[in-house]
Amino acid sequence: MSEQFEPVIVGFTCNWCSYRAADAAGTARVKYAPNVRLIRLMCSGRLDPTFVMKALAGGADGVMISGCHPGDCHYIEQNYKALRRFLLLRRTLKGFGVEPERIKLIWASAAEGMRLAHEIDSFVEEVRKLGPLNWPTWKDDQHKAEPVMEVTA
Amino acid sequence: MSNKPKFAMYWAASCGGCEIAVLNIHEKILDVDANFDVVFWPVAMDAKYHDVEAMEDGSILLTLFNGGMRNDENEAIARLLRRKSKILVAFGSCATEGCIPGLANLSPVEELFDIAYHTVSTNNPHNIHPQTSFEVPEGTLTLPTMNPIVKTLAQVVDVDYYMPGCPPESHQIAAVIDLVIQVLQGKAQLPPKGSYIGAGNSTVCDECKRDRNVKTITAFKRIQEVAPVDPKLCILEQGVPCNGPATRSGCNARCPTVGAQCIGCYGPAEGVIDYGARLITAFASVVDAREPAEIEAILDGIPDPTGQFYRFNLADSLLRASTKAWKKNGH
Amino acid sequence: MSAEEKTPKEKIGVYVCHCGTNIAGMVDVVGVRDWAQEHLGKDGVVISRDYKFMCSSLGQELIEKDIKELGLTRVVVAACSPHLHEKTFRTAAERAGLNPYLTELVSIREQVSWVHTDKAVATEKSKSLVAGTVKRIVYNEALEKLKVPINPNTLVVGGGIAGIQAALEIANGGFHVYLVEREPSIGGHMAQFDKTFPTLDCSACILTPRMVEAGTHPNITLLTWSEVMNVSGYIGSFNVTIKKKARFVNEELCTGCGICMEKCPLKVIDDVYEAGLGFRKVIYTPFAQAVPKYPVLDKPNCTYFKNGKCKACEKFCPTNAIDFNQQDETLNVEVGNIILATGYDLFDAGKVTNYGYGRLANVFTSMEFERLCNASGPTNGEITLRDGKTKPESVGIIHCVGSRDKNFNNYCSTICCMQSLKFAHIVKERTGANVYEFYIDMRTAAKSYDEFYQRILEEGTLFVRGKVAEVTDAARNPGEEGKLIIQVEDTLAGKQRRIPVDMVVLSSGIEPRADAKQTGKLFGISCSSDGWYIERHPKLDPVTTMTEGILIAGCASGPKDIPSSVSQGAAAAARVLDKILQKEVELEPIRASVDEAKCSGCRICNNLCPFNAISFIDDLAVTRINPALCQGCGTCVAACPAGAINGTGFSNEQIFAQIDGILMAV
Repeated sequence: MSEQFEPVIVGFTCNWCSYRAADAAGTARVKYAPNVRLIRLMCSGRLDPTFVMKALAGGADGVMISGCHPGDCHYIEQNYKALRRFLLLRRTLKGFGVEPERIKLIWASAAEGMRLAHEIDSFVEEVRKLGPLNWPTWKDDQHKAEPVMEVTA
Repeated sequence: MSNKPKFAMYWAASCGGCEIAVLNIHEKILDVDANFDVVFWPVAMDAKYHDVEAMEDGSILLTLFNGGMRNDENEAIARLLRRKSKILVAFGSCATEGCIPGLANLSPVEELFDIAYHTVSTNNPHNIHPQTSFEVPEGTLTLPTMNPIVKTLAQVVDVDYYMPGCPPESHQIAAVIDLVIQVLQGKAQLPPKGSYIGAGNSTVCDECKRDRNVKTITAFKRIQEVAPVDPKLCILEQGVPCNGPATRSGCNARCPTVGAQCIGCYGPAEGVIDYGARLITAFASVVDAREPAEIEAILDGIPDPTGQFYRFNLADSLLRASTKAWKKNGH
Repeated sequence: MSAEEKTPKEKIGVYVCHCGTNIAGMVDVVGVRDWAQEHLGKDGVVISRDYKFMCSSLGQELIEKDIKELGLTRVVVAACSPHLHEKTFRTAAERAGLNPYLTELVSIREQVSWVHTDKAVATEKSKSLVAGTVKRIVYNEALEKLKVPINPNTLVVGGGIAGIQAALEIANGGFHVYLVEREPSIGGHMAQFDKTFPTLDCSACILTPRMVEAGTHPNITLLTWSEVMNVSGYIGSFNVTIKKKARFVNEELCTGCGICMEKCPLKVIDDVYEAGLGFRKVIYTPFAQAVPKYPVLDKPNCTYFKNGKCKACEKFCPTNAIDFNQQDETLNVEVGNIILATGYDLFDAGKVTNYGYGRLANVFTSMEFERLCNASGPTNGEITLRDGKTKPESVGIIHCVGSRDKNFNNYCSTICCMQSLKFAHIVKERTGANVYEFYIDMRTAAKSYDEFYQRILEEGTLFVRGKVAEVTDAARNPGEEGKLIIQVEDTLAGKQRRIPVDMVVLSSGIEPRADAKQTGKLFGISCSSDGWYIERHPKLDPVTTMTEGILIAGCASGPKDIPSSVSQGAAAAARVLDKILQKEVELEPIRASVDEAKCSGCRICNNLCPFNAISFIDDLAVTRINPALCQGCGTCVAACPAGAINGTGFSNEQIFAQIDGILMAV
């Protein structure tokens, strides 16, 4: 019996809207796919493309970024910066052969727990269809030749 | 036999520019000669690999190793020189971050061979294809095997210091040589192991004399579309993607000073773990648009972001290679 | 020695909460505890415990004891959402001598046990989340809160009943309030009502004493016919720019005698206070009990401003108070806190085209009807048809116009059922007409409200449960000629009904102000998808917002009745008074700072801060961040191409480590 591929997805949420939406989904006991593991940032504007690359290189099959709806950012307009970075990041990742569908940007307000849960479910299915990313970790890096003598600085 | 400390310089997958840069220190090369015994430097002398193997481990005080790890010969000599050297410096962009050879990490090795040997612009009537071994009457000839991806020196051996640059600027090389001589004379301390030497602590903008203002980019252009470039104004503000803001200082902003955009050969600033990500975030943050369609239109002005942002740094980035390259190369 | 095998430098305690069965029912809490002890030792975990309710005093004591006895340097609690108990655990750690920012709470309840259904999978996910936080916390720094002084002045925006209540409470507490109102008088919508439910108090009678108190209070500076143009700063020191629009009346000289209004020859339709049913003069006070008493000259409609003629008001003013040259004034005030009590707008009933408002003359909105009822209204309190004369013999009152309706507003406007019952009572009392009410549900849930409903039932109003399909004047039989016919399904009787009436009153729902979103942006607060201002917590913190120093009260945050608006105004005032009395406020130390040695002066970050915390120091050619203005969003931290900006609390090291931990094989 073949086991269904369960994607591992790292999700970056903003403290004010999307993290609270996840909390709201929890309080309402809305059930959704367990494949997303959330990291809380204060704002989607904190999203550094390095985080996405580190997640993908580290074993994630997909990355979800969520923030407040445009116009509703707790810090006024930082989600627009997140949007611009997301678009340029997606293009750059394409050059690495990472399918654009593996990273997703979602806007959710603190009241939209149900909607966030649906978005998570549909994103998990999209990534499932793409299959595992399995970015190599180049373990042979570990067998490096060591110096014979220490350099004392 | 000379009592002077031993010095070696080696080129792996490289262009030879680092060697030229060292020679460009001009008379200072005499200081090198005066203070060191050059025991292995393929461009300048006829020492062989077996000469190096015969040396005692750790007997070479200072080795400047340039070039990336493309094939198994590069790696073997890297490991050899690591054993034989007290201080191993990853010299130049190829060794520190993969540099241009690292761009090969966007393709599988067979595709590289196909393009080099079998495209319509190559005159190869006998369909010669490189082999790793070939029988001749005199015996077997071997060629090194291409590794699946290009690696940096530090991804193969333990590295003591890094000197970035493509090539490192000659004045910086001279400064490092001076420092080492001072250390030998007990007048100075070596920096902590793992440091970047011959480079600055900030980014190219720190050394660039152009005027800079608050940035609002409404279009990205190629430099020839903007020419003549305004000599006083920040090149990025003129719409040309200049990698200066993310690139380590140390070169005196050589390229922007003469009206060319920085292409990033000095690699990332101190502490940065993915150079390209810094450019993605910096350029995207200052794009002056809010609607996805408008933003995409402006981003179309950078048609090859992967190449633009990772031109020198691909092999050392977090992702290191494209899926095409590593999937086909047996990972 | 390879870099990976360093001796961990921190001593981390991990505490996994059962939360009764809330977590333990879906996560193997003991398994997570054991796993952390076994696998995260190399990251510094020295003790891993589980407990039924970590937030209880016993649970907190476990943490405090371990900090003291084991010398813990970091604490990770795996339990509920940080939005609930992060403060609890940070305070507990602080009591034991550990800097509160060295304690983190990771949610395995809202994010795991409450939302997943497979215990094994939920347990694995919990382990990953714990690993992420353990690896992250190694890089946490001991941070100190920033203390900033609080300016004791307060700004209240909106002079309706909620704003007035808030202003009076703060002023009575001994502190100064600026009360800004965009209309010429305070009073808000409550000043337009005739009677208020359920007591049937005359609205003006209970409101005007408050208005007068606010208008004469030594601690309140009333700024009517004024609007806020700009807000800068942060809690404790906001700088607000207010535009005082020109009244063309000199307030120092005006005695409020009203002669100018009498003598003004021009009448225009009053579509604000009279809801379009009545007229006012071009120089006017909106109603007789207006506070302040100074009239306002409506420049766009004024004959003098249009063609240089008239000036009757100036001629007849006994104190020479009319000043046609008066200019708008701009004031800057400094306040420590701001309360937004900007109220609501009525839903435009014309959008529900099948009810005929605007097309059929005798269909009225609720606000129009209030004005009809009001003794000082356009018909002197006579309930008449649109012709101003004919009394109706039958009135239909339709509930939920524009509310509870996916086509317009999905929410319930809360006050319309009671308002409709009030209308029924007034109609019966004043006209003896037949009254029909068309409702979906009767929402009469507050104190004395249901008793009021029962009274109205006894008074003889007929109730039909059904959403009205149409109001039409197309008669189908002689009995319907000249009437408005209400077509409705009577769901209790199971029949279609056509009920002919003379007058239809639409209980229109209430909506956020049309410019609520822009106003919100001015103050740095957000609106929900329906457009109401978002409170910090819908149950436990209804009057504060996510922005420190900006509070909300009354209908600005959602439909509510007068007692609730008054309560919220008082609640907001209490929160403000508590801040003022503390003299200082502590700001969270989550903020950014620039390493000036690394900064190259590229200026990429310079226009990324909506709070103006980022400035460029020209002579040093570096960027600097003002820690008091910085709100800690981290956008500049993420943008800096040189990696020269550090963000405390959410540094790169912390997040990289968290990513590693979260992706660890469990």
